[in-house]
Amino acid sequence: MSLEKFMNEAISPWMRHDGPDSDIVLSSRIRLARNFSSQPFPTVARGEPLEEVLSFMDEHFTECSFREYEGLQLVKMDDLQPIEKRVLVEKHLVSPHLIEDRENAATIISENEQVSIMVNEEDHLRIQLYFPGFQLDKALEQASQLDDWLEEKIDYAFDEERGYLTACPTNVGTGMRASVMMHLPALALTKQINRMTPAINQLGLVVRGIYGEGSEAVGNLFQISNQITLGKSEEDIVEDLHSVVQQLIEQERKARQTLMNRSPVQLEDRIYRSYGTLRHSRVITSKEAAGCLSDLRLGIDLDFLKDIPRTILNELMVLTQPGFLQQYAGESLDPEERDIKRATLIRERINLEDDN
Amino acid sequence: MQCQRCEKYPATVHLTQVINGEKNEVHLCDSCAKEQGYMNQEEEKFSLNDLLSGLFHMEGSGSAGKLFQGNKQQQKESLQCSGCGLTYQEFTKAGKFGCATCYETFNERLDPILKRVHSGNTTHHGKVPKRAGGDLNLRKDIEKHREKLHQLINQEEFEEAAKVRDEIRTLEEELNQDKGGDS
Repeated sequence: MSLEKFMNEAISPWMRHDGPDSDIVLSSRIRLARNFSSQPFPTVARGEPLEEVLSFMDEHFTECSFREYEGLQLVKMDDLQPIEKRVLVEKHLVSPHLIEDRENAATIISENEQVSIMVNEEDHLRIQLYFPGFQLDKALEQASQLDDWLEEKIDYAFDEERGYLTACPTNVGTGMRASVMMHLPALALTKQINRMTPAINQLGLVVRGIYGEGSEAVGNLFQISNQITLGKSEEDIVEDLHSVVQQLIEQERKARQTLMNRSPVQLEDRIYRSYGTLRHSRVITSKEAAGCLSDLRLGIDLDFLKDIPRTILNELMVLTQPGFLQQYAGESLDPEERDIKRATLIRERINLEDDN
Repeated sequence: MQCQRCEKYPATVHLTQVINGEKNEVHLCDSCAKEQGYMNQEEEKFSLNDLLSGLFHMEGSGSAGKLFQGNKQQQKESLQCSGCGLTYQEFTKAGKFGCATCYETFNERLDPILKRVHSGNTTHHGKVPKRAGGDLNLRKDIEKHREKLHQLINQEEFEEAAKVRDEIRTLEEELNQDKGGDS
């Protein structure tokens, strides 16, 4: 596999487009939890009911298209190698939960990888829709239409009082989790983010790392999402999240400006050191790489570094994850081998820009 | 440095205690530290599920201490879901429902749980699915029209109000037709 082709696969097609405020917001996502009314949930069901859900989805939605989300394809987890499953997680197409030995687990992915419908995760269906940059409203509108389209064929578990019924009480009601992935290097560098997190939590929103629940914020990437799903409309939830994200964007821009004004040389030094590390290191851990990539991206956003595409952060963050590295190497690697491979891959990727 | 307790393995846990100004240093290996209770393994495994099921157990007791006590004091629960066979006890332990019917089965006990998880909310105010929602969309629509009608009457805009009144009639007919079709 050629490196360039591999890169094409590391980054989902929709990520190539810049969205609004994409210097800070990398992506917006809407996730809807839905269940079939007639079948027990995957939390207790074994065998037949889950098989029925899977074959229903396969029969009705494989090779279908909904608007620009064309060529829906069903991928069964049982048909994949462990490394391939990891790659899907690293690309955020499925949750870590889905690949943990779940029965009849699958995902339906559109060609542009914007849509991913997980089947038999904790709920029968988890509909996910991604947009580049800060586009929560659009994501909600399209996700809701996609949901309507699915409902034409599926009898959803719904109750007038409780709303969409889900396996976990934390999802009931709208079943919706709206989230944005943000790059906040200046707020992290000035430690302001630590003070802001508790305030954000009080508003019913959650801040966490990019691989969801319990994950660390690597590379200064933060995922902000709603906690409450019951008692508020989808539009209100999105609006609340929207206004907090808007403020975070402003604060991050201000913090970047302050850094530029107060210590421009130190900032430039930091960016070029990280650039140097990425260009020349022979062994690099994923944590160090993530830190350097964050600096590199900041350098691009602040115009210190030119001729490097912004998407390099998204791209290399995914590319340097253990699953992807091993997929690229074509074999399983122990952690030390991975650190070497990671350094090689980053060097090659950055040199690729030089050649263009 | 070796573990000062077993003197066999290298010390990996280093603890400095200052009590009444007196400094005391402890150097232990992993397993000795665990035995001595310096590293609480239980705490490491504490997950969101534990937290949730803990919340359910708190029912009526109001004491946060119960969160960690498990279900020893729990009374025998006979409530069982007819849809999937899940018992109330199993539900509180796992913190997850087994099927749509569970919501009806455990309905009476859900409000306090949902209130805790969703900042005091217990009822849905969002999207209603077109098919599964039945005539709910229609009923909500009628409700909205009625509010509008009141407003218009208060504002003495009777011509507009008459139009809205007719719209309500049409909607209500539609609703009755739906019901007739069901029976």
